[in-house]
Amino acid sequence: MTDLIPDTVENAAATPEKDQPFHLLGLKPDEYQRIRDILGRRPTSGELAMYSVMWSEHCSYKSSKVHLRQFGHKVTEAMTKNLMVGMGENAGVVDIGEGWAVTFKIESHNHPSYIEPFQGAATGVGGIVRDIISMGARPVAVMDALRFGAIDHPDTNRVVNGVVSGISFYGNCLGLPNIGGETWFDPVYQANPLVNALAVGALRHEDLHLANAKGVGNLVVLFGARTGGDGIGGASILASDTFAEGGPTKRPAVQVGDPFAEKVLIECCLGLFAGDCVEGIQDLGAAGISCATSELAANGDGGMHVTLDNVLLRDPTLTAEEILMSESQERMMAIVRPDKLDAFLAVTTKWDVEASVLGEVTDSGRLVIEWKGQTIVDVDPRTVAIDGPVYNRPMEYPAWLDALQADSPTTLARATDGDELKKQFLAILGSPNEADTDWITNQYDYYVGGNTALHTPDGAGMIRIDEVSGLGVALSTDANGRYCQLDPYVGAQLALVESYRNVASSGATPLAVSDCLNFGSPENPEVMWQFARAVEGLADGCLELGIPVTGGNVSFYNQTGDVPIHPTPVVAVMGSIDNVARRLPSGWQDEGENLYLLGVTADELGGSAWAGAVHDHLGGIPPHVDFTAEKDLAGLLGAAAHEGIVTCAVDLGTGGFLRAVADGVLRFGVGARVWIDEIVARDGVDATAALFSETQARALVSVAREDDVKFRGLCDGRNVPVLRVGVTDKRSGELEVQGQFSIAIDQLRSVHRATLPAHFGAVVGA
Amino acid sequence: MRVGVITFPGSLDDRDALRAITLAGGDAVSLWHGDHDLHGVDAIVLPGGFSYGDYLRCGAIAAHSPIMSEVVDAANKGMPVLGICNGFQILVEAHLLAGGLIRNDHGSFIRRDQKLRVDNIDTPWTSGYTQGQEITIPLKNGEGGFIADDETLKQLEGDGLVAFRYLEVNPNGSLNDIAGLRNARGNVVGLMPHPEHAVEPGFGPDTPAAMSSGTDGLAMFQSVLAATVLS
Repeated sequence: MTDLIPDTVENAAATPEKDQPFHLLGLKPDEYQRIRDILGRRPTSGELAMYSVMWSEHCSYKSSKVHLRQFGHKVTEAMTKNLMVGMGENAGVVDIGEGWAVTFKIESHNHPSYIEPFQGAATGVGGIVRDIISMGARPVAVMDALRFGAIDHPDTNRVVNGVVSGISFYGNCLGLPNIGGETWFDPVYQANPLVNALAVGALRHEDLHLANAKGVGNLVVLFGARTGGDGIGGASILASDTFAEGGPTKRPAVQVGDPFAEKVLIECCLGLFAGDCVEGIQDLGAAGISCATSELAANGDGGMHVTLDNVLLRDPTLTAEEILMSESQERMMAIVRPDKLDAFLAVTTKWDVEASVLGEVTDSGRLVIEWKGQTIVDVDPRTVAIDGPVYNRPMEYPAWLDALQADSPTTLARATDGDELKKQFLAILGSPNEADTDWITNQYDYYVGGNTALHTPDGAGMIRIDEVSGLGVALSTDANGRYCQLDPYVGAQLALVESYRNVASSGATPLAVSDCLNFGSPENPEVMWQFARAVEGLADGCLELGIPVTGGNVSFYNQTGDVPIHPTPVVAVMGSIDNVARRLPSGWQDEGENLYLLGVTADELGGSAWAGAVHDHLGGIPPHVDFTAEKDLAGLLGAAAHEGIVTCAVDLGTGGFLRAVADGVLRFGVGARVWIDEIVARDGVDATAALFSETQARALVSVAREDDVKFRGLCDGRNVPVLRVGVTDKRSGELEVQGQFSIAIDQLRSVHRATLPAHFGAVVGA
Repeated sequence: MRVGVITFPGSLDDRDALRAITLAGGDAVSLWHGDHDLHGVDAIVLPGGFSYGDYLRCGAIAAHSPIMSEVVDAANKGMPVLGICNGFQILVEAHLLAGGLIRNDHGSFIRRDQKLRVDNIDTPWTSGYTQGQEITIPLKNGEGGFIADDETLKQLEGDGLVAFRYLEVNPNGSLNDIAGLRNARGNVVGLMPHPEHAVEPGFGPDTPAAMSSGTDGLAMFQSVLAATVLS
């Protein structure tokens, strides 16, 4: 093999005309020229590697930044008063009281999960968990929001099995309970599944850590797994460029995860925090060392001097550019005071974690990287990490949208008798997006840790944070690409209120939002319009509800061929609850309780599960959003849970009222008799709308008879419309819609359960 | 009464086991795999998890951890030792219990509330149950299929060394529905399901009485506290 000849700063200055493959690294000619202007010379190949990854859409948010700023602007003082760390850090941190803080974030790993579903999904979990550790928190739970292609497409089985086993493998092996999520199937995700992973962590206020390199002379330490040639992709082009002769090296583009290394790294980091061994810390994710060094330096005292030869390698043949770009997993970078290095290394040694000192913090304002005794990078880190390109991409109102909205579901045939309603109901319940996901969730451990208070199939997951007081947090993730296709502004708000309502239905008080915005190509003006509208809707909605966006992630270029996915902004809402013992499950357990419907019902079937599952229809406009009604409902549910006067709460979402009744029955296998006459009479809707409309700001609750008067009083006092719509019935073993139809719970369950196993394999014990 | 829980690299349910001991009324002690020191405990729990990432074979590397020489000595002298899930796998790899544990027959990780029958109450970990008692505790594993050669199996059955058996559903293809074993002396017990996840109302399996109210695992930890007081 030929010796590697590094492209030095000196060499770059001496050879200004050298042809550089910037376009193969995804840089546009004007971006390349801007790098040359910043440096006053051509970049070295190492610098080119750094700028190209840090200025990529994924790292720089160059197409989305101008829109995302709304999340910072559309806030009130009340919204930010509990926010300890807001957007821009690895993850937002929210004060939940009693000296506790919670950090959470949702992030995408879509493209790798199509190419290599198992590793793509596994490393998606790994990456988001490292974001949580970086804040000084112990990760306490994960969730996942998944979108796959058509359930009966021949390739879907490969992707589903790979993604689910990847999440199962990595999350279970980390000892993090998987407490919820959602799964959708739609042909628009066929060659572009979405894998959005959420992690949540807890920390004491004083343990908060940030990603900055402060304190001149402090050491830059890389620790965790060794750096290898995985996840490099584009850097191979540069690698070939630096060989004096010989062909390019081929490196895999998808990272490979090792959850054992990550588990040890978690415990090691917690040991480092406990021993006060680190000043600043950053995980290594996309763009690896390039990202970590430039972000730490840019957010700190501004300078850093690093010797790349000190990076511990898995493969000694890696070039400098590959080392800078490698996305090898399970690595962290810490800023350590020299007098604490011994204590630091004592902790890493205890956990058999390798560490090496790469360099130190300076006040030079420059990030200088040496390799083999020569300077290969000399840049202002802010130009790499912060002041990247920003685009105001052209936007265009989609040409097809008016026709889609005009195709209203009002023309779709409605059932004329109880038998037909029953058939339609079962079609909805067994449709891929409404079917039981236990084939997936049975592969996840929700018990580990011993603090899981709610989990799938409850509408929100809940984790106890303080074992003495019972203080806990609830989380839900929601998105509805069908609604968003009809109206991205309203669709994003519908995801927000659904998630908000799920958290409120658990008895918790919604506090904060993280979002993962999945869209097609930003270079398509119609997609850019969808994106802008969705962000605007979400920011306006958060302002209305009074809960801030604390962080998240944007994923563009999600499309099959030229066809973009439905806009899919996944919204995660986090809430807190004083004592998880007061939580509300998504189903009733006892005989003879009254069932109450909270909220009013309108005829809103645009983009509904009924339109999709019964009529294969997507058109019209999605349900109306009423933030005041949502806040009133959430306030009522929180108060009722606190007072202990409701025994369960089921949010009404896709599938409408009857779907919620089915959830309530199936949760614990306790039957119910419901009636819709009063809904029909009060709200002026027909049976189809009463049963299947997806009007928002509604929930179904069960109330023990002795608490009836108190409960009615609470509803009146809080101005929430309420109707008694049924009773629980433990003995009947069925769900009865009075005057329409009834169905045995066993049949209900088998219809609900059969869909996923029919395509992916049996459920153990079912 | 001091009950130790060993943390190996990759142990996951160590904190759960410590909590279970505390809830049962014991004095829970954290032990570290790299020490040659049992810190004067009266009984030991090897918790669940993925020690060493299940590399080589589940439990194979942890079985050679420094502390395991002390564990084997103590077990041979009669100290109560319980292995849960990965801990069971470690005990098998350390030859303190018979047989082997392989990939679930259906090929996937499975988490479910599992019904078991307590088949042997003549151990310090099961004395708090009644013979043949049916209990429900969580199960969660990818490699829980119990195997043994015919002769070993015959001996296990003949000597009454099967401590727990799966009821209704065999979740992983275990021979003879074996969920857990004891050694001949009775002081060493291992099982795949997780008693430490069914010890606190509100965080255990659902029961007909109320959600998450199952505490069928608590008796296992109470048993050993009673046994070590008596001994």
